[in-house]
Amino acid sequence: MAVKVRIPTPLQRLTQGQEEVDGTPGTVIALINDLDKRFPGMGERISEAGKIRRFVNIYVNEEDIRFLNAEETVVKDGDEVSIVPAIAGGAKQ
Amino acid sequence: MGYVKGLKCRECGREYPVEPIYVCEFCFGPLEATYDYKGIKKVLTRKTIEKREKNLWRYKELLPIDGEPQVGLSSGYTPLLKADNLAKELGVKELYIKDDTVAHPTLSFKDRVVSVALTKAREFGFDTVACASTGNLAHSVSAHGARAGFRRFIFIPSTLEASKIVASLVYEPNLIAVDGNYDDVNRLCSEIANKYKWAFVNINIRPFYAEGSKTHGFEIIEQLGWKAPDSVVVPCASGSLLTKIWKGFKEFKEIGIIKGLETKVFAAQATGCSPISTAIKQGSDVIRPVKPNTIAKSLAIGNPADGFYATQVVRATGGYGEDVSDQEIIDAIKLLAKTEGVFAETAGGVTLACTWKLVETGKIARDETTVICITGNGLKTQEALNGHTSSPHYIKPNLSSFEEVLEKIDKGGK
Repeated sequence: MAVKVRIPTPLQRLTQGQEEVDGTPGTVIALINDLDKRFPGMGERISEAGKIRRFVNIYVNEEDIRFLNAEETVVKDGDEVSIVPAIAGGAKQ
Repeated sequence: MGYVKGLKCRECGREYPVEPIYVCEFCFGPLEATYDYKGIKKVLTRKTIEKREKNLWRYKELLPIDGEPQVGLSSGYTPLLKADNLAKELGVKELYIKDDTVAHPTLSFKDRVVSVALTKAREFGFDTVACASTGNLAHSVSAHGARAGFRRFIFIPSTLEASKIVASLVYEPNLIAVDGNYDDVNRLCSEIANKYKWAFVNINIRPFYAEGSKTHGFEIIEQLGWKAPDSVVVPCASGSLLTKIWKGFKEFKEIGIIKGLETKVFAAQATGCSPISTAIKQGSDVIRPVKPNTIAKSLAIGNPADGFYATQVVRATGGYGEDVSDQEIIDAIKLLAKTEGVFAETAGGVTLACTWKLVETGKIARDETTVICITGNGLKTQEALNGHTSSPHYIKPNLSSFEEVLEKIDKGGK
């Protein structure tokens, strides 16, 4: 069992169309860096200088990581990570 | 024809042509319209503007359209009231209310942005317009879209109270009630926007739509006699209105319509949903999303897309952020009504109550000129005042019964 990572449509070109890929347990930022090794280009689309880009939302088990421990949030086997581009102006209520 | 050069990502600066797109393909940052200010400077002067019709299109060179305005020819140019009674209450010298409670046709500032969005939608060749909204935006798209002859789709969560949807339904749009919460509705709408060639005003038309808010700022400067105020207080939901009012002020300076610009911009929020004012108070660049809990529903965006940019404007101009409780919001709605005869929706209560706090704490100087942006009409959110107004005086249909009450009223000094 690994970490399940859901890839948004705009990034599926990098994953050869896969909507879901396996990730490695650890911090969210480490997981992103690891994804970048397997799917080159992924890292710079999602993060910049170790920080998640402002208009990318990341959810761990459906909780926004900004409510958790941000980039340092730890994910373990069986967790689900969703990468969701923020809709500019979208209301999250 | 028009003066728009293109769209540009606010995050990474990548440039895009004028198309119905809204996010940067690379970093997902929002796209914004850029203009040929040199060209605009040659044609748009105070004199040109003053000769034009009193609607928001009098500044059309600074709006992102290519042809002539097509929607909202009676929208905008709302009153700027000099609020002397309210100024006295607050203990300030000069106070103005920019009053969008009487915006045409649906009584909120959304009539401005939708005028621009639907004109652009027509230029792009769309025949269908849409939005996800429960309030002011739904009303404005329904109404403007009806008159302009668009097919209209309005998406709401199915749990919404019936009273709130009548003000959209009366214009007979296609009202789609989605079995889910607001997040689900938004997610669905972005999928629909990808699949159907429709103009979602606050999704794929957003870079154009948002520019309409600048007209609120242009009008403030024009109505003050071609000068910018010392302070302006703006209610924040996504933060877009605040950034666009400031963009409008800067553009007027850029094209030489005003010389000096030293306005401080203040952000007003409800404490029950205050991610922007909290970040400002903490001096932080990070907007921490919140779960909204406030009577000011039109401002209840817990994860504001333009929040970061709003904090940057506030900081760069020397302004500040403030937030207020539900009770303070209600008190401010009543104060505005009884001093100036303006009945604002809950967002207006937020803005006035925050202004009061900012004056009390010395963030807004008492001897300067302040403008308060009132963005929507109180008749839309009357339920917020249930149990908070005084009662009628009940009498029998005869003179003595009336005079009995009159005596009491006189004694009460009213």
